[in-house]
Amino acid sequence: MAERKIRVLIAKPGLDGHDRGAKVVARALRDAGMEVIYTGLRQTPEMIVEAALQEDVDVIGLSILSGAHMALVPRILELMKAHNLNDVKVVLGGIVPDEDIPILKQMGVSGIFGPGSDTQQIIEHIRKVVSLE
Amino acid sequence: MSEAATLPPIVAAIRESRRALARLLTRIENNAAAAELAALYSFGGNAHLIGVTGAPGTGKSSLVNSMAKAYRAESKTVGILAVDPSSPFSGGAVLGDRIRMRDLHGDSGVFIRSMATRGYPGGIARTTIDMARALDAAGFDIVLIETAGAGQSEVEIASIAQTTIVVEAPGLGDDVQAIKAGILEIADILVVNKADRPGAESTVRALRAMLDLGRRAERVMHHGELMSIAAVPSGGEDSAWQTPIVQTIATNGTGVAELLTKIAEHRAYLQASGTQRLRERASLSAEIAERLRDLLLMRLIEQVGAAHLQAIVERVVARQIDPSSAAAQLLAESLQERRP
Repeated sequence: MAERKIRVLIAKPGLDGHDRGAKVVARALRDAGMEVIYTGLRQTPEMIVEAALQEDVDVIGLSILSGAHMALVPRILELMKAHNLNDVKVVLGGIVPDEDIPILKQMGVSGIFGPGSDTQQIIEHIRKVVSLE
Repeated sequence: MSEAATLPPIVAAIRESRRALARLLTRIENNAAAAELAALYSFGGNAHLIGVTGAPGTGKSSLVNSMAKAYRAESKTVGILAVDPSSPFSGGAVLGDRIRMRDLHGDSGVFIRSMATRGYPGGIARTTIDMARALDAAGFDIVLIETAGAGQSEVEIASIAQTTIVVEAPGLGDDVQAIKAGILEIADILVVNKADRPGAESTVRALRAMLDLGRRAERVMHHGELMSIAAVPSGGEDSAWQTPIVQTIATNGTGVAELLTKIAEHRAYLQASGTQRLRERASLSAEIAERLRDLLLMRLIEQVGAAHLQAIVERVVARQIDPSSAAAQLLAESLQERRP
C-alpha cells in the first residue's frame, strides 16, 4: 500500500519576482520524495492559506526576498489560525535580517533558511518537524 | 425533516467543512479511508465528471481554469482534481497545476486539489476515482479531472470520466499524429486550444480527417479492451454521438462557452441514449475485478508468507523454475493450506 507522503506548499508571497530559490527548493524536496505543490509568484496571504487548506499540506514553505516578511508572515500565521491549520508548519526562506529571526520564531515559524542554506538542511528540518503518524 | 440528520457523519462533515473534505482526500490518497468511502458511495452520482487530458503543454490547466470560471458564472459549484506525475526515482513530485488556476482563488464554490500519480500508470493515480467520488458526495455539481500530461496510452481517464475532453494545440508538428492515433479514441470532445496560434486551422483539419477515418474503428474499440461493453444494442453507442472539435483560447476564455454547450449536449446524449448506464456498468465491473485482484493477491501473499515468497523468487532468479510456474505453485499451495 502507498506510504504517506510529506506534502509541502511552496509559495512566493509579495511582489518580488525572484523565484529561482523557490524552484530550487521545490526540486530538492521532490528529489527527497516529498510532494510539492508549487503555486508560483505573487501570492497573497489569503491565496496561500486557502491553497494550504485545500491541499492539506504538512508544511508551508515561503520564499520572501522583498523584505516584507515582517508584514506577510504574521498575516499568514493569523489566517492559518483562523482556519484551524494549527498543525501545519511554516518554513521561511529568503533574505531575513538576523534581528528578525527570533521574532519570527517566536510567532511560530518553525525554520528560517537564508541565502547559502544547504537544501539538505531544509529537507532534514522538514522531516524532523513533520510527525507522520 | 432535516436532511443532515439522516446523513452519515462523513458526508455531513465534507458538505459542511472544506477542511474536513481536504482531510478526507488525504486519507483516501493514503489508503486509509475504506469505511468512509463505503459510507459516502451511495451519496454520489449527481456530479458530472469531466476528464481533461492531452499532451504536456497543450494548456489543460488553463482550460480547466477557464471552464471552472464559466461554470461558476452559471452558479454551478466545481471540484477540481489536478494530477501531475510522481518521480519514478524518488517518489516525490512537483504539482504545478495551481499556478494556472489562480483566478479561482477566494471562491467558496470551487475546491482545487493537486495529486501525484504515485506510480500508477495512465495519467491518473489509483485513488483518483475515489477522490472524485468524495467531491461528488460533497455536493459539487461539476468535477473536473485534469490528467498528467498524456501521450499515447494514458487512457485511464475514460473509465472515470463521463465526458472525456482531449486537448490538442497547434504547432506540435507531425508527431501530433502519433498522439492523436492513441488518445483520440477516448475523446468525447476534442479541443484545439491556443487557437490564435498559427496552424490552428490545419490542426482542426487533421483532426477532422482523423475522426472521419476513425469512426469505424471507434466502435470496435468498445468491444475491445478499453470499453468492453457486453451488450451494445445495435446502432448503440457512438452511432449518435459525433465527436465535436471545439477551438479555444483558454487564457482569455474564447470558445469556452461553446465547449460547455458541447459538454452539456454530451451529457444529455449519454443519459438519453442509455450510454451512461452501459459505460458505468462496464467500468464498475472492471473496477471490481481490479480490486478483487488486489485483495486476493494481498491475502495470498499473507498466507504463503514473505519468506516463502522470497524463496520462490530466488529459485526463479536461479532459473530453476519459470515465473509462470512459480505463480501457479504459490496459488496451489495457498489453496491446499486452506483445506483442513
